[in-house]
Amino acid sequence: MQFLSKETHINFMSKRLLAAGFSIILLIVSVTSLVMQGLNFGIDFTGGTMIELGYQEQVDLNQLRQDLADGGYPEATVQNFGSIHDVLIRLPVIETQNMAQLSNEVVSMLQSKNETEIDVRRVEFVGPQVGDELTEQGGLAMLYALIGILIYVSLRFEYRFAIGSVVALIHDVVITLGFFSLTRIEFDLTVLAAILAIIGYSLNDTIVVFDRIRETFLRMRKGTSVEIVNTALNDTLSRTLMTSLTTLLVVVALFIFGGEVIHAFSIALLLGIVVGTYSSIYIASNTIMAMGVSKEDLLPPVKEDDENVNPDGSQV
Amino acid sequence: MNRYPMWKNLLVLVVLIVATIFAMPNLFGDDPAVQISAGRSATVDLDLADKAETALKQAGIDYKGIELEDDKLLVRLTSADSQLQAKEVLNQTLTGDYIIALNLAPTTPDWLAALGAEPMNLGLDLRGGVHFLMEVDMVAAVKQALDGYGSDLRLSLRDEKIRYKQIKVEDQQLIVVFRNAEDRDAAESLISREMDALLVNVAEDTTDPALVMQLNEVNLRETKRLALQQNITTLRNRINELGVAEPTVQQQGDSRIVVQLPGVQDTAQAKKILGATATLEFRLVDFESDVQDAVNGRVPPNSELYYHRDGRPYLLNKRVMLTGEHVINAQSTLDPQSGSPAVSVTLDGKGARIFSNITRDNIGNPMAVVFIESKTETKEIDGELVKVRRQVPEIINVATIRDQLSKKFQITGLDSTTEARDLALLLRAGALAAPIEIVEERTVGPSLGQDNIDQGFASVMIGFAFVLVFMLLWYKVFGFVANLALAANLIFIVALLSMLQATLTLPGIAGIVLTVGMAVDANVLIFERIREELRNGNSPQSSISAGYGKAFSTIADANITTLIAAVVLFGFGTGSIKGFAVTLSLGIITSMFTAIMGTRSVVNLIYGRQHKPKLSI
Repeated sequence: MQFLSKETHINFMSKRLLAAGFSIILLIVSVTSLVMQGLNFGIDFTGGTMIELGYQEQVDLNQLRQDLADGGYPEATVQNFGSIHDVLIRLPVIETQNMAQLSNEVVSMLQSKNETEIDVRRVEFVGPQVGDELTEQGGLAMLYALIGILIYVSLRFEYRFAIGSVVALIHDVVITLGFFSLTRIEFDLTVLAAILAIIGYSLNDTIVVFDRIRETFLRMRKGTSVEIVNTALNDTLSRTLMTSLTTLLVVVALFIFGGEVIHAFSIALLLGIVVGTYSSIYIASNTIMAMGVSKEDLLPPVKEDDENVNPDGSQV
Repeated sequence: MNRYPMWKNLLVLVVLIVATIFAMPNLFGDDPAVQISAGRSATVDLDLADKAETALKQAGIDYKGIELEDDKLLVRLTSADSQLQAKEVLNQTLTGDYIIALNLAPTTPDWLAALGAEPMNLGLDLRGGVHFLMEVDMVAAVKQALDGYGSDLRLSLRDEKIRYKQIKVEDQQLIVVFRNAEDRDAAESLISREMDALLVNVAEDTTDPALVMQLNEVNLRETKRLALQQNITTLRNRINELGVAEPTVQQQGDSRIVVQLPGVQDTAQAKKILGATATLEFRLVDFESDVQDAVNGRVPPNSELYYHRDGRPYLLNKRVMLTGEHVINAQSTLDPQSGSPAVSVTLDGKGARIFSNITRDNIGNPMAVVFIESKTETKEIDGELVKVRRQVPEIINVATIRDQLSKKFQITGLDSTTEARDLALLLRAGALAAPIEIVEERTVGPSLGQDNIDQGFASVMIGFAFVLVFMLLWYKVFGFVANLALAANLIFIVALLSMLQATLTLPGIAGIVLTVGMAVDANVLIFERIREELRNGNSPQSSISAGYGKAFSTIADANITTLIAAVVLFGFGTGSIKGFAVTLSLGIITSMFTAIMGTRSVVNLIYGRQHKPKLSI
């Protein structure tokens, strides 16, 4: 089975201005949302307490809210988590209390108001000082990853390629962050991990395309840059789609079967893979074309292979 | 022709066999078990095993076996219920210094264990348990050190007959106030001569002449290091007392300690015991001065005012007879006379000597036991929230010294047996060198842990199945070869994780899932290249060869860049995120091997010998 059975000749680059416009709109929306309302940071970053409880019967959330307010925790937020028997209670940092003991107090208070036994499935408490450090480290981690990649791609290709790949990465990361900002899905530590994985994945895609562009530049004696990039994109199209599909399949499996705890993580990956695939075709290539890469730029570091010679030496 | 030399085929085969062996222990489950290890004054031997066996038989608890391993005794049980019962029974019968804890014992067959193959460790999010990050209060540690220097200085100044008005510790500084400049100068030269750990400065702009001292750089660092080390030791002792199998206590950074307690459910108890800063002090009661005067504000210079639990005020000597650090053993009991909860205490040699001297001279006088707990509160001071640590001393018992006491004695006056047990535990485990505070907690209950394992396993398997079907439809025989590589890749990851004894977490499983999706990428690149070569009219054999050859540098570049991101993730990661980075990195590396060498080897075996094969791709 081949769904791209013949060679494709899609003129990707004819839509490059359209794609650039589309991406710029997405970026503006994302940045605006990030500036205006920021991310809905989870307790990993803000500090606070999160308690997941499993009840034996269906939980009346309003009653639970009332109980919490009566018990002295009016600032608690409550939601179902995964099923109608499970609830997630969040408590912000309350400065005047001993935070470490808070979860035990809340649980024993709720248990005293409930006849059947409550299963404490998970408690997470993060002190505000730890949260602040994590936010800083997370930002730094992304920065280090970008710098490391910039250096490697510069060494292996050329600086314009490095810039192209980093532009594509920033594009992917900003849009994913923007999505999380717009939808108010909680941004926790696992989402940060997903975004770093997206950096790796999107780059993987971009590098494959770049590799092919470089090769095509050296092989095609004639042709404009637009034609060459188009050929390279068409040549790699079926691979790009295949890999994205298989990766999407497993992430969908993770999303459906992986459980509530890694939901946000799989959403980030799903989005990141789609955006990463798109950006490696349009954004990365667009950027290097805008910077005017030509055949001469690529000649020195790469030795031209004898393309038409078989390993056994016979010419075809 | 595409043929691999024999050694390459063998290499692939050998690596696969070794990986399979090391991955295998993970197929066998765990037995619920009770682990018995010895404290300081006991040994675990065959006698103990016999005792445990008899006790279990008497209680009618089914068990699979009892093993003596290193200096641990492992009782394997049939179910989680009987595990709890067995712990209870063993706790009651095995009196002595034993640590009895719940554990999971892997059921790796002997022949695998003999090869050194062990299953992966499961992280706390998979097996349940508590993770604490604790921060040592270094300000308090420095203050304590300065307090110590303060008392030394008091003695030295007295010996040298240098008069001073006041010695106090403020803002990480030791301040001595003198009556005149001569005394100050004399003291300064004394301190520079005898106390080289301190940086001495003459205080400017104070009404009275004064000296200001700070710990010097080396001493400051040493003080902090010691505080951290002592706290780690104390925490280990306390955790042993709690009965936890395979706890982790590790330093993190300059002032933090990570504590991981697998399987612990009662987090309230764990927090209380780990964070407790309670200590005991024994002091003589000043019965000569008037307590009522002191309550009204006229406290005699050598005494301090304390309150009993029941609210009654007492005047106690400023001098502390003895502190909890001289306690070598403490057991909760019932006082034989009153039947109320009590703690029987055994002192070390030095403590016993001090204690017997003082009690000998004070027969007939009252003595007080002061229980000091340190509590943290956050208060608003000048609009800013500041953490204030407050010592809450409480007299728990005042008794008349009837005899010369020495090594062993009893503390009574406790509220409940629980309190007696906790106090005994804290006295046994020792006091913390400086107060600690829990700054992060992650608790996963056993039900969620099991759910995480099930869901993680399901998503790996389903994702894996999706990819297998997809690849087979797409690339036919070549797809089948890629699927073999993918299966081998899973085995490799599991084998490597087991060999490294890495800890598998839920994000780690997510990393494996992601690797499954991404690992086929290398094969997709190769196969697409082969198709392309075929389309260009090349012969099947040269297409295979060119496909593998040309795709290689692309695969390498793409994987190295992903690896850079994974390494950064590892460097930054805390706890579970590290697990994700580890499995992702391992997956990238193993997938390069399986997708390039592994598949080539199989493809060569299938097509390599044919002259003009029809490639099923």
